[in-house]
Amino acid sequence: MTDQYHEATDDERQRWKRLLQWHRSMLNIRLFETKVRELYLGGLVPGTTHLCEGQEAVCVGAVSAMQAQDYLTITYRGHGQALARGVSIRGALAELMGRRSGLCRGLGGSMHFADVERGLLGASAIVGGGIPVAVGAAFSSLLQGRDAVALTFFGDGAANIGTFHESLNMAAVWKAPVVFICENNLYGEFSPLSHTTPITDLAERSTSYGMPGGVVDGQNVEAVYDSVAGAVAHARSGAGPTLLEMKTYRYSGHSRSDPAKYRSPVELTAWKARDPLALTEAQLLEAGVASKDDLRAIRTEVQAEIDEAAAVAAEQPYPTMSDVYECI
Amino acid sequence: MNASSQAEGVIEASGQGSVLTYRDALLTAMEDAMRADSSVVLMGEDVAEAGGPFKTSEGLFAAFGRERVIDTPICENGFLGVALGMAVTGLRPVVEIMFSDFLPMAGDAIVNEISKFRFMSGGQMIVPLTIRSIGGATGRFGAQHSATGESWYMQVPGLKTVTASSPASAYRLLRTCVEDDGPTLFIEHKAMYAVKGTVDRDSYAPSPVGKSRVVREGSSCTVVASLLMVHRAMAAAQLLAAEGVDVEVIDIQWVTPLDYDGIAASAVRTGALIVVEEQYHAGGWGATVISELTQRGVPLRTRPQAVSLPFVPIAFSPPLEDECVPSVNRIAAAIRDACGNGGIA
Repeated sequence: MTDQYHEATDDERQRWKRLLQWHRSMLNIRLFETKVRELYLGGLVPGTTHLCEGQEAVCVGAVSAMQAQDYLTITYRGHGQALARGVSIRGALAELMGRRSGLCRGLGGSMHFADVERGLLGASAIVGGGIPVAVGAAFSSLLQGRDAVALTFFGDGAANIGTFHESLNMAAVWKAPVVFICENNLYGEFSPLSHTTPITDLAERSTSYGMPGGVVDGQNVEAVYDSVAGAVAHARSGAGPTLLEMKTYRYSGHSRSDPAKYRSPVELTAWKARDPLALTEAQLLEAGVASKDDLRAIRTEVQAEIDEAAAVAAEQPYPTMSDVYECI
Repeated sequence: MNASSQAEGVIEASGQGSVLTYRDALLTAMEDAMRADSSVVLMGEDVAEAGGPFKTSEGLFAAFGRERVIDTPICENGFLGVALGMAVTGLRPVVEIMFSDFLPMAGDAIVNEISKFRFMSGGQMIVPLTIRSIGGATGRFGAQHSATGESWYMQVPGLKTVTASSPASAYRLLRTCVEDDGPTLFIEHKAMYAVKGTVDRDSYAPSPVGKSRVVREGSSCTVVASLLMVHRAMAAAQLLAAEGVDVEVIDIQWVTPLDYDGIAASAVRTGALIVVEEQYHAGGWGATVISELTQRGVPLRTRPQAVSLPFVPIAFSPPLEDECVPSVNRIAAAIRDACGNGGIA
């Protein structure tokens, strides 16, 4: 620990400790996704995957603003939010391998992570499918006099589908305690936003639905947290929904089959220069909260946990048709 | 109600209970379900202060308040998605779709979300959600307000579809759907709201899932029908009784799961099978009944018959609508054919 850390106020120390936790959580997501790619290429993860490398700050910053009783719905690019919410890594990897010990008994797969105990109601692989579900969970909480808030994550592509508009409208009319989080990674599947959408700041759409909206630097985990914590407090106070747009970027293509040749290497390099993990790492080192050795040790620990989980998952049995009939 | 459906008259006005219209049976079922379980909420277009487009929720808003009887904007896919979120967080929503023709507006919510949500989670939650849909022709509502939609979602595992053909079955089946822990699609026929019958609320017990009901016992042939077609099949059976043909009429009640065992047992006994459906034949429950019984090798004296809609949209013009929807005479002709020598060559 350097002098800067020792001379800091309690508040500053708290903030740095929190940042260190978030760094670890983001690293967990990054290394998890890297492992998924490796397992996919090794034939252990079948089907397809939609990785979120580059978007970790949105996952961690937003989910950290939730309380235990809160709900979230995610998308097929949802590993990051699920991990940030604390789902079991073993369960997640077993799910990706289609094993019975997976989060969803191996019936869901990469695109359908759910963990109801943690308020993770489900992940839809239909663009916009999860948005109204979160509004329903929030509205339900309101009708039952509970104080749960719901978060829903979706991409820029979803801002053009009916359920987005219908959901914002209903949430605003009913003052449902929901936070709409648009992860604008600039591409809806393979198409740049400008080819499909007449505006660049999707948060502007909040105006039509009479709710607050904001554009947030999605690479900065603290900025994400602050904006979502504000929106969550607003929702919990009974003031209704908020639309937040996180400007972010995915490093890989849309899915496994997409090499992302439609975007320039210059663009990718520019975004990688603002890598969310590199940003926190620099902050932590500068503040003296952690040394390079500390960060290396954290990385080793996180990697070991993921490797172990993957090894365990690969040994697990597959589900059977009786699981299928039990779960219909 | 038009003249032709007025004539479809009263059936089952016997036994314990009180005589209610089909509309009041549905309204009473909703009211009783809401009293029995405080997690039951009703939502849909114009269901609150307005009392429903066909007055099937009249008085519920006054009785239960705005937290349990909720008007939605006109956005079927969105509000069914919302209802899903409510169903997995402690409520038991009943969602009205004003016309079955609007069910496809909510195609994603029904096919991909509601029906698969529990499954994709590996069984982590229940989805107690009832979609209540108002269907059926004869009202001169034209091509976009006349479908029953009863077989549209047969290809969706995870969803049960139910049809109600009388006040008693409407009461019992609607309450059964509301109490079911999985998603159900309950179809009511809008030409039947004034039909009267006896409903015994006091001895209510849930209807066994997937069981049809024999409306009329007979020995000459088995007629399988749903919704308004049950009434027309009954009228045809009465006509044919004078000719010495003794028709058994079965109301399927459940489109999914379909009661193959019950229907097959009847057909084995009678040796003749006629399906009567207010829908197109291809890809519907009627075709599936014939297919299943064929695969089971149910021995029939004559080839099976289907009385269905011709494969055209429902026309507005009254003579055309009347010509398309299976009439008592068309049904009677098919029965004569199946029971006579017009069968297997």
